[in-house]
Amino acid sequence: MSIETLDTPRPRKGTASRPSVLPLLRSRLGWLASRYGLVAGFLILWQLSGPLGWVSPAVFPPLDKIFAALWQGLSSGALVDDIGISLQRAGIAFAAAVGLGIPLGLLMGQLPPVERALDPILQLFRQTSALALYPVFILLLGLGEASKVFVIFWATLFPILLATIGGVQEVDRKLIEMARSYGAGHLAIFRRVVLPASVPAIFVGLRLSATTALLLLIAAEMIGANKGLGFQVMNAQYNFQIPLMFAAIFLLAFLGLAANALLVALQRRLCRWSVADR
Amino acid sequence: MTVTDTLRGEVALRNLSKSYSLNGQVLQVLRHLDLDIRGGESLAIVGPSGCGKTTLLRLLAGLEAPDGGQVLIDGQAVTGVGTERAVIFQEPRLLPWLTVLDNVSFGLDLRGLSRDEARGRAMRYIRLVGLGGFETAFPRQLSGGMAQRVGIARALAIQPEILLLDEPFGALDAMTKLTMQEELTRIWQEEGVTMVLVTHDLEEAIFLADRVLVMSRDRAEPPRLISNDLPRPRDRSHRDFVDMRRQLMAQFGLH
Repeated sequence: MSIETLDTPRPRKGTASRPSVLPLLRSRLGWLASRYGLVAGFLILWQLSGPLGWVSPAVFPPLDKIFAALWQGLSSGALVDDIGISLQRAGIAFAAAVGLGIPLGLLMGQLPPVERALDPILQLFRQTSALALYPVFILLLGLGEASKVFVIFWATLFPILLATIGGVQEVDRKLIEMARSYGAGHLAIFRRVVLPASVPAIFVGLRLSATTALLLLIAAEMIGANKGLGFQVMNAQYNFQIPLMFAAIFLLAFLGLAANALLVALQRRLCRWSVADR
Repeated sequence: MTVTDTLRGEVALRNLSKSYSLNGQVLQVLRHLDLDIRGGESLAIVGPSGCGKTTLLRLLAGLEAPDGGQVLIDGQAVTGVGTERAVIFQEPRLLPWLTVLDNVSFGLDLRGLSRDEARGRAMRYIRLVGLGGFETAFPRQLSGGMAQRVGIARALAIQPEILLLDEPFGALDAMTKLTMQEELTRIWQEEGVTMVLVTHDLEEAIFLADRVLVMSRDRAEPPRLISNDLPRPRDRSHRDFVDMRRQLMAQFGLH
């Protein structure tokens, strides 16, 4: 059999639509396969490796068990509570980091003396691991919600802050001069040139921070929490509820993907003018 | 040429001096320069890089202040940027997040024109530069020549008396450049603005200008003015045009 006859569907009389639909379908399927083929392969391998005896099903339960645990957790509402409290912690911390980081970054980027004065101490804070400081925050704020939210806030602040400062400082001087030549004052230049030009850089910071927020959330919930997805991962492992542990891990992965997708969608909306990066 | 009020867009340089300090060395770029530019005139400033031609344009624009002397526009001393002047830079300098229409409206928005009024006027200038139909495009979708046209439309939209052009076609390919020079001549004639054009392209200077100011890198040598009375529309291959170019090249010791 020749390759040619395999690949080119022969158009037949009276079925004009078939030749046009088939290649389209084929190219869509090809795209899907090239994009998600590895993920699908990974999941199939996972599902089969337990029953085939390649790994212990007790450590790597098959996917159907995990999804059963996930479904049970969600329908009974137990995991829903965990998701809620986790989202609340990460959400408050992230919102606070955005609320402080973007305005402060804009200010520092615009005013070199402020940046010069604040930069060394911020570098010192940034280089100190938030996890190393978590015990300090617990001492100061107690083992409750405040210290958890604060440690996440601490770690998420810096990516946003530094990205915003960088974004403001890297605004094309020539655009600022152009605006000036049209009589724009400081405020107009800030509003019409500096701010919009910084948006893509700020989004890079936001996406980095969202990832960091989830990372720190888990760490914070693994220490001294009795609710939340991070606690659930730890707790399920202690109790040897391995499918539930994986269910919580999958949820966390999903939250990360969802947060990123949300920010990418927002970025696309706000920065249609620039080529959106993934 | 359009009939213009001769007073509008008149530029006078009086005893203009400017120097920079570079690595502790003082570099005198302009020395006691006197020059009168008539309203509606097209003046080209040519010279090798580093001769101070761009500095002169920036002083005219009010983007920089002179060390001594004055720039007078319609008899008024320049103290900074002003809306009777518009600058067209070598790069289009469009705001990438704004559409063509919003970019052209930029100067009008800053002046507090209503949105409708600004967009209406911007549309007129978008059509004038031949970009009708592209008003919703973003800068990244435009070619270099189109982007530069948008920059020109943005400058014209504020209806300046004086158009200051800093090597406006320097970054364009040869073919686009020729088209743009013809377009600019047409626009200049239609709008009746004063035009001051910095360029290192002698042919461009001859094609566009009524007078050419020749600047030298040797600062002891004062700039010279050469009148260019070639009839318009100008023909680049005409004997007189070629003669003019030869004469101008001789100014730089070139053949």
